[in-house]
Amino acid sequence: MLRFIVRRLLGVIPTLFVLSFLLFGWLRLLPGGPAGALLGDKATPESIASVNKVLGLDQPIPVQYAKFLGRILTGDFGNSLSKSRPVVEELADALPATIELAVAALIFAVGLGIPLGYLAARRRGGIFDNSTIMGTLVGVAVPVFLLGYLLKKYIATDLGLFETSGRVDTGMNETNVTGFKILDALMTREWDVLVNALSHLVLPAIVLGTIPLAVIVRITRASVLDVLNEDYVRTAEAKGLLGKTVRRRHVLRNALLPVSTTIGLQTGLLLAGAVLTEKVFVWNGLGSLLAEGIEKRDYPRLQALILLVAFVYVIVNLLVDISYAIIDPRVRVR
Amino acid sequence: MSMATRKRDKIDALVARSADQGGGVSLLGDAARRLARNPVAIVGAVIVVLFILLAIFAPWIAPKDPTTQYLIGEIRQNTPLPARDGFPLGTDQFGRDLLSRLIVGSRQSLIVGVMATLIGLVAGMIIGGVAGAVGGWVDSLLMRFTDILLSVPGLLLAISIAALAKEPSQWSVITAVAIVSVPIFARLLRGSMLAQRGTDHVLAARALGVKESTIVFRHMLPNSVSPVIVQATLTLATAIIDAAALSFLGLGDQDVSRAEWGAMLGEGARVYFDVAPSMTLWPGVAIVLVALGFTLLGESLREALDPKNRR
Repeated sequence: MLRFIVRRLLGVIPTLFVLSFLLFGWLRLLPGGPAGALLGDKATPESIASVNKVLGLDQPIPVQYAKFLGRILTGDFGNSLSKSRPVVEELADALPATIELAVAALIFAVGLGIPLGYLAARRRGGIFDNSTIMGTLVGVAVPVFLLGYLLKKYIATDLGLFETSGRVDTGMNETNVTGFKILDALMTREWDVLVNALSHLVLPAIVLGTIPLAVIVRITRASVLDVLNEDYVRTAEAKGLLGKTVRRRHVLRNALLPVSTTIGLQTGLLLAGAVLTEKVFVWNGLGSLLAEGIEKRDYPRLQALILLVAFVYVIVNLLVDISYAIIDPRVRVR
Repeated sequence: MSMATRKRDKIDALVARSADQGGGVSLLGDAARRLARNPVAIVGAVIVVLFILLAIFAPWIAPKDPTTQYLIGEIRQNTPLPARDGFPLGTDQFGRDLLSRLIVGSRQSLIVGVMATLIGLVAGMIIGGVAGAVGGWVDSLLMRFTDILLSVPGLLLAISIAALAKEPSQWSVITAVAIVSVPIFARLLRGSMLAQRGTDHVLAARALGVKESTIVFRHMLPNSVSPVIVQATLTLATAIIDAAALSFLGLGDQDVSRAEWGAMLGEGARVYFDVAPSMTLWPGVAIVLVALGFTLLGESLREALDPKNRR
């Protein structure tokens, strides 16, 4: 087991290395290079040359890359162009908001997805099964941001339910401990803040969780159907075990293995979907930073964000691999 | 390289399911028959065919010119006008007929979807085909490359590529969406081709002294394309949705006179959703329907081509 974990951990290093190399090259693919991007329309050959000198871009490429790597390893991504603040600070401020949103979305997707998928499989071919599958196909076909505006208008504005922008009302005098509004409110026992924060969280979480929900429903359903055909399920039934026991101990437990992997894979979808969801709901997280960074062509910020997202994605996948190996010993041998 | 393992395993599982389909011709006939009996496939096919016909004949179907500003005198502060005589869906903020723009917009959406899928398909098939046919270090090198592309979430990769364009255009959208699909196509084709390597008919051809190139192009390739075709159908759906997302983020076509669903949806949702929801809802319905059509068709194709379902 330990060997497996070490092998996996070592496998991450070349990946991150190559990613850093790609991101290093990415800035150089820009029209006019990083200097051109920095100066925008004001760029002249002379000003580009002087900025290049300041940025150290007149040095040989291997030297530049080594310096770039060194700065990344010490967490120095430079200042963002739009706010002239260290990018790292911006990210640190935005990270809790996105984690809070993503976790809420995942709870929604998993909490609803596994029961729905399981019930659909049990009633295979029935009306419930078919309408669930149809629902998942539609859920994936609706653009995330459209769903956001639909809920915003028809649930929040027309029915007066839930809040639609930001994480808490501006008048709220919440205490900031960890940056996670829900957690802070629980820790400081500010119940009005808790209710307010939850009311802000519901709609964006549903919007962000819809595609993962559809995926989890389909995987759970397929996986339960597979397990129902296994010999050990027939054996368990032949032994005369209660249907309830077979379902809980044999079917569900085995069927959830592939589902747990899928849940890990959803982090990618969540991080990408957060860009759209956060923009719709004015949620000040990584997604909003990214969307704003695109509008202002803030490349230092974008570079750091993409690396951070890829890093999170890699780490989560690593954790999934490891947890999978713990649940299913067969994986370790591969 | 553990990060892309999950996505990779998913693709490889797809390959494995369609790999041992020795039959060839009879399987295709079989698949076609099963497809024709499947109501889901028929619904998908009808939506797709209607969409393509609409896109082809759009200029003749559209009741008005999609770029003319008709009711410019009545537009106050860029507010779209509601439905009225001659404008069944109302107008956009410039007084242009929404219905006509919707009809003509199908063209651009089809072009964006088809071009992005086609470019991704061709590039992916070249990479996957070379990797599968040559094998060895070429294969490992090309597959490492696809692994890295798979390690960034799809839409984020598309965003980072599209953000490189100085002037976002239809082509930067197409390129970005195409690149995201390349590694998927490459892995699928490579996996199927590798599975073909050890099959009896390939060994037989080799024993008969058939040229290696003939084996690759006449025996391995034709038997390897079915998972790729399924994926292409599904990619058409994601391409159209992702293009809309890029438009929404301001990375879409900047030519405001051109009617395109993604741009109409993005612009309508961002600016006019509260005052004129129909400006957003109609292109939204169109995109969802078309994406659903391609998905239904793709999923039933996969089911029909899956040898597990052969009767």
